[in-house]
Formats: sequence, structure tokens, C-alpha cells
Amino acid sequence: MLIKKPDGVKSSEITPERHYINRREFIRTASLAGIGLTTASFLPEALVGQDRWPRGKKGPYDTDEEVNSFKEITTYNNFYEFGTDKGDPAEYSGRFKPKPWTVRIDGEVKRAATFNLEDLLKPHKLEDRIYRMRCVEGWSMVIPWRGFPLADLIKRVEPTSRAKFVAFETVYRPEEMPGQKSDVLGWPYVEGLRLDEALNPLTILSVGLYGKELPNQNGAPLRLVVPWKYGFKGIKSIVKIRFVEKQPPTTWNLSAPDEYGFYSNVNPDVDHPRWSQKSERRIGEFFKRKTLPFNGYADQVAHLYAGMDLRKYF
Amino acid sequence: MKSVVKPGVFVLALSPLALLAWQGLNGELSANPIDYITDETGTWTLRFLTLTLAITPFRKITGWSVLARFRRMLGLFAFFYGMLHFTTYVYLDKFFSIDEIVADIAKRPFITVGFAALVLMIPLAATSADRIAKWIGGKRWRLLHRLVYLTALGGVIHYLWLVKADQQRPLAYGAILALLLGYRLWNFLKPRLVRLRLRLNGEASPV
Repeated sequence: MLIKKPDGVKSSEITPERHYINRREFIRTASLAGIGLTTASFLPEALVGQDRWPRGKKGPYDTDEEVNSFKEITTYNNFYEFGTDKGDPAEYSGRFKPKPWTVRIDGEVKRAATFNLEDLLKPHKLEDRIYRMRCVEGWSMVIPWRGFPLADLIKRVEPTSRAKFVAFETVYRPEEMPGQKSDVLGWPYVEGLRLDEALNPLTILSVGLYGKELPNQNGAPLRLVVPWKYGFKGIKSIVKIRFVEKQPPTTWNLSAPDEYGFYSNVNPDVDHPRWSQKSERRIGEFFKRKTLPFNGYADQVAHLYAGMDLRKYF
Repeated sequence: MKSVVKPGVFVLALSPLALLAWQGLNGELSANPIDYITDETGTWTLRFLTLTLAITPFRKITGWSVLARFRRMLGLFAFFYGMLHFTTYVYLDKFFSIDEIVADIAKRPFITVGFAALVLMIPLAATSADRIAKWIGGKRWRLLHRLVYLTALGGVIHYLWLVKADQQRPLAYGAILALLLGYRLWNFLKPRLVRLRLRLNGEASPV
């Protein structure tokens, strides 16, 4: 069992699994009532409240916004390794085997090693983090991740003074990940952070969501979550973490350099060349809401980019 | 037989809409129903445009002249799904925010092209009735209705420019469209090339 029982969440507080399915009820009601006037907020609490992770701020980094349902989070996302439609990851990730799993950590570190996932996780206390997730495509969710600060792992492996960036790599298994058989992106998927971004307390490595182990489609067994950046920065199914001196290549940037920058901080003032980033549709809501600078985490991270031209370093 | 086929095609052409409604009632429009409806209606617009443009080449190759009787219906369904697509965008996506819509159409090339493609269909839908076609005159009517080539081209470009990385599907539509338009181009050029060759081989050019 990779996931230890968290502190502070009584088992009575954890939503029974059968209630996750309630999403259907909601949509049916919404359709019947004529889409447009019905949003979650107009429905009786009984209909929407039950299938949700309990709303509310438990830690300093949590948002107290309404959390998306388990079904929404696990059936609608991008993970091109399993296909390019947002239903594909849930549909085609069944053959993927996240166990056993090893992670190679090397580069500019004193304690380079290949870790079994269990050993990698052992010293870390898992915690739940309720974060906003803003996709570069213009939709967003609120997700209760379970994981630990990446900073804790970084301190453990002791980067050298030459380490300026952290590079991540996703596993490459075309036999288990049918999307990797197409050349829609370059494989394996790679991502990167500046070391200070990686050390920010908001940045976590996640091994679960909704109090459960990460489902395959969400990046099992180990993924990155960087809530002030567009979702694609949150690289999934990580097998390599390398500390480097120079800014590492990142997959979407290689695919379309004018559309996806290395930083990819959520920024309503810098449009995607082909669509606006000013607003977003929160999954489950009807009206779009305004997108916030740094996805609402400016207080925690804006200082990392002081003096930088964010239009140039988008 | 005749009396069954046409209503049958009509009902079949409505089935994508019926499916959307059914999925709506059963909560199967994905976690992002508005995007899903937008994608589906857009795709069906492109499919009906392609089908409409396939009628003439297919009829000429197979000699099944009966196919011609379905061309208008399929074309009108392309317009119908195009309007649903646009309505989804205006109502569900932008909620009638005229400022945003105008800015989108002006600023975002894929929306500019898609909007233009839809607008170009309006005169075609408006002049689709037999009496209007007769009033306009067959030759001019046919000329006007060649606008559908631009609409289809615009539709494919609209699709191509909106996808993030996976261009496979828009390119597939592009390939089919190239085939259908290439057939017409060839039919247009062939007699002219033959005439040109005859002229070059036979009598000297009179000019």
C-alpha cells in the first residue's frame, strides 16, 4: 500500500465511492431543466454535495472552492500517451502497469540513485492538497491531490551548486500506452522546472487523488503538480528526475515553440496565439469565470518572476 | 420505394442531433458538455459538407443519377448543423457576449475562417428552393453555389487551426476534400486541355 492513511481525515469524512457516480444525475437534471439556467449552485445540496471531496481549507495551500467529482477528474483529462481525446486516458489506460515502478534520479546531485517507488516515498508524509488545475485549452477543475512537496525530495538527494533546473521524463511503453505509437508528440514526454520553482512549497509530487492511489489515466504512479502553471507542465508517470545546469527541453515547447513556452505560467494577459486565456470554464459550471494570474497563486509565486517580461517568458 | 428513401435519409440525418439529446438526458456528454456539443455539431457540419460534395462525383462515376435528388437535403443539413455549431458557441460558450464574439471573430484566425465559412452558406441555403433557383437562372445559380467549395475549405482550415497537436482528423477531411475538388478541377480542365492540344496539333492559332 503506497498510500498511508492521512492525518486529520476521519474515515467518516471520506465520501463513499458510489456517490462519485452522482455526476450523471446532475447532468440529467441540468439537461432536463434546459442547460443554461441550471448550474451546480442552483441544485439542492443533496444532489451535488454528496459525491464531492469535502469542501474546505485544511492546509495553507488549499483552496476552499468546490472540488470536482471523482468522475470528472478521472474521465476528462489530457494524457496524450493514451490518445488525444479527453476521454481516451480513462478508456485506454487499463493495460498500463504502474507497479512495480522505479524512478531514476541523477544529474547534478550528490545522491544519484534508482529508487523503488516504495523507497522513494517512505520518508515522506503524504498530505492532501486541494488545488485549482487550469488547462491551457481553457477549462479548469479543482482536484484534491495526495502527495508530498517536491522540495522535500530535492533536499534528500542534495543537488550540487550547479543544479539550476530539474528535468522530468515520462515512461515510454508504447505497448501499454497506445498513444505513444502515434507521432503526435515526441516521446518520451519531457518537462522541466527552474530549481526555485521546483522548491516552491506549492509544487508537489502526487501519488493519489480523492484519497485513493492515482488512477492510471491521471498519471500513475507518480506525477508532478504545479498549480500555477498550465496543466501540461504536470508531467505524469515519471521515471526520471534529472538535475541540470541548463534549461531542459519540454515536449509541448518542442512541438509548438510559439504556442507553449518553458514557463507556461497561467496568465490571462498572454493569449495562446489561437485562443484567449482570459477566461476558463470550470468543469461543472455553466458560465465561464475569469482566469487569474498564476491561476490564483500569485501571492505564493509571483516573486519568482520579479523583473521578468512575462510576455517574452510565457 | 422513392417515397421511403428520402424521408429515411432525412431521419438518418437528424440522428446525430437525436444522439446528442439522448446523451444529454443520460449524462453522457462528457465532463465538459458544452465543448462536446460544439465538437460534435462542428464535426457533423464537416461530414455533411463532405457528403454533399461527394454526390456529384459519385453520381458521375456510377451513373446513379438518382443521387442528385439528395444533394440539396444534405447541403441543407450541413447548414443546419453549422448553425447549431454557431448557436452553441454564441449561446452556450459565449452566452451572447457580443463584444467577446466580435473580438474572437476578428482576432482568432480559426474563428474568422469558420465564421466566414458559415456566412458563405447563408446565400446557398436561402436560394435552395426550386422556385428561387429558377428565378435566378440555372447558370447563375450553379455559379453561386460553387461557394460551397470555399465553405468546405474554410471548414477544414477551421478544424486544422483549432486542434492542439493531433492534426490527423482535420487532415483526413482535407484529403477527402482535395479528392472531391480535384475531381471537379480535372473535369473542368480536361475538355480545355483536349481543345488546346487539338488547336496546337491542327490548325495554327488564329490569333
